[in-house]
Amino acid sequence: MNFGWIVTYADLLLWGAGQTLLLLVISVGLGFPLAIGIALLRLGQNRVLARLADGYCTFLRGTPLLVQLWLLYYGVGSLLPMVPGLRGSILWPLLSQGFFFAALSFTLNYAAYEAEVIRGALRSVPRGEIEAARAFGMPPGMVTRRIWLPRALRTALPVIAGGVVLQLKATPLAFSVTVMDLYAVAYKVRQDTLLVYEPLLVVSLFFVVVAILINRIFRRIEAQVPIRR
Amino acid sequence: MTRLTAALAGALLLAAGSAEAEIRFGIMNEAYPPFFTKDSSGTWVGWEIELMEAVCAELKESCSIVEMSWDGLIPGLTSGRFDVIWSSMSITDERRKTIDFTSSYYKTPAKLIGAKDGVTGTTPEDVAGKTLGIQVSTIQSAYYATHYKDVATERTYATLDEAFQDLAAGRIDYVFGDSIPLMEFLKTEYGADCCEDKGNVADDPAILGEGIGGGLRKGETELAARIDGAISALRAKGIYQEISAKYFTFDPFGG
Repeated sequence: MNFGWIVTYADLLLWGAGQTLLLLVISVGLGFPLAIGIALLRLGQNRVLARLADGYCTFLRGTPLLVQLWLLYYGVGSLLPMVPGLRGSILWPLLSQGFFFAALSFTLNYAAYEAEVIRGALRSVPRGEIEAARAFGMPPGMVTRRIWLPRALRTALPVIAGGVVLQLKATPLAFSVTVMDLYAVAYKVRQDTLLVYEPLLVVSLFFVVVAILINRIFRRIEAQVPIRR
Repeated sequence: MTRLTAALAGALLLAAGSAEAEIRFGIMNEAYPPFFTKDSSGTWVGWEIELMEAVCAELKESCSIVEMSWDGLIPGLTSGRFDVIWSSMSITDERRKTIDFTSSYYKTPAKLIGAKDGVTGTTPEDVAGKTLGIQVSTIQSAYYATHYKDVATERTYATLDEAFQDLAAGRIDYVFGDSIPLMEFLKTEYGADCCEDKGNVADDPAILGEGIGGGLRKGETELAARIDGAISALRAKGIYQEISAKYFTFDPFGG
C-alpha cells in the first residue's frame, strides 16, 4: 500500500471531491422541487399533463443514466455550436463544459425517480385527513401545501434518503464527459502512478463517509418531525 | 528421489525453454492508427505491427500479441502476462522507475490542432486563455503542466477520440497530442472539415521523452539488446524504411 501520492495530488483531490459534492447538491436541490411538481401533475386533473409527466418518468427511469448523459452531451451538446451567436455569448463558457450536461442530466434523472417516490407517498396519505382539511374550508392549494404534501414527504423520508445516496453514487458517470470529479482524479492518479487500488480505496472511503453523513442528516430530520399514524 | 528432482528440474528447464521460444507483445486493445489497428477481419495491422513482425523475423523468434487496456499494460508486463510492451509507449523517467525500455524505435513531435481560423502558433502567448484537450496521463499532459498551465486550461480525456469529438463540437479550442494521430485525424473527412494544424510545440526532451520504445521488465537487458540489435539491422537493411514508406511521408525514426 502506497499513499504518498495523496500529498502530491491533494489540491486535485479536494477539487474533485468538491465537484462530486456540487453535482450532488445541484441535482438534488433542483431535482427535488421538480419531482414534487411532476408528482402533483401525475395525480392532477389535467389528463394531458398527467400523461406527459408519466411519459417523462417512464423514459428517464427506463433508460440508463449514462445513455441519457451522452445523449445530452454528445447529442444536444454537439448541436449547440450551430446555434448562431451562442459560441460568442456569455453562456458559452457554461454550455461548453461537461459539468453543465452532467448536472442537467443528473437533475432530470433524479427528478424522475423521486417523482415516483413522492407520487406513491401522496397516494398513501389517508383520504380522511385531506377531507378534514377541506371541511375546514381550506382551498385545494392550501390543502396540498399544508396537509397533503407535508404528510407525504414525511412518510417518504427514508426512501428519499436512499435516493440521495443513489444519486451520490451516480456522480462518477460525470467523468465520461470530462468532469474532473473525485473519480476522474482517482483515474488520473492511477494512470500517472500506476497504482490501481489505493486511489480507488480513497474514492470508496469518501463515498462511504458522505453516504453516512447523508443518512445522519435524514435521521435528524426524521427525529424532528415525529410521524403520527 | 534424486531422479525425481532431476526430472522436475528437466521439466522446468524445458518449460523455461519453450517460454523463451515465443516473445509475447502487449498491445493496447484500442485502435491507434496508423500504428496499430484491427482490420475488418479482426487481424492486427499497422506500422508498429509490421515492425514487430520484422523484428521477430530478424530475431528468428515466433511472436504473439496479447491485448491489454492502456493502463493494464505495465501491470500486465510486470506480472508476466507478456514480455514486451509494443504499444507506442513514450520512454519517460517516471515509467523507468517501474520498467526498462529498449532504445527508441520512433519519435515524433507533439502538436496542437484547432478549429480553422487561420491563427497558428504554439507558444504560451498563442494559447493564452484557450482550453486544451489532452489525453490523461500522457507526456503532453506533463508538458502542459510545465509550459501552458499558467495561461491555458486543460481538459482531460480518457481517449483522443473523445477529445477530437469535442474539438469538432467547438467545446475545446485545441487538442494537444502526438503529431501522428493528430495528423491522421486531420486527414479524415470529419477532421478536415473543422480543424487545422497549429504547429508542433517547442521540444522539451526532459518531458516529451526520448521517443517511443518497447517496455521490458526490469533487468531484461539481454532481450533489450536483442531487440535493439534487430531494429538497427532493419534500418541498415532498409526494411524499417520500407515499412515506414507505406504509412508516412517521412522517416519516423527521429534523431
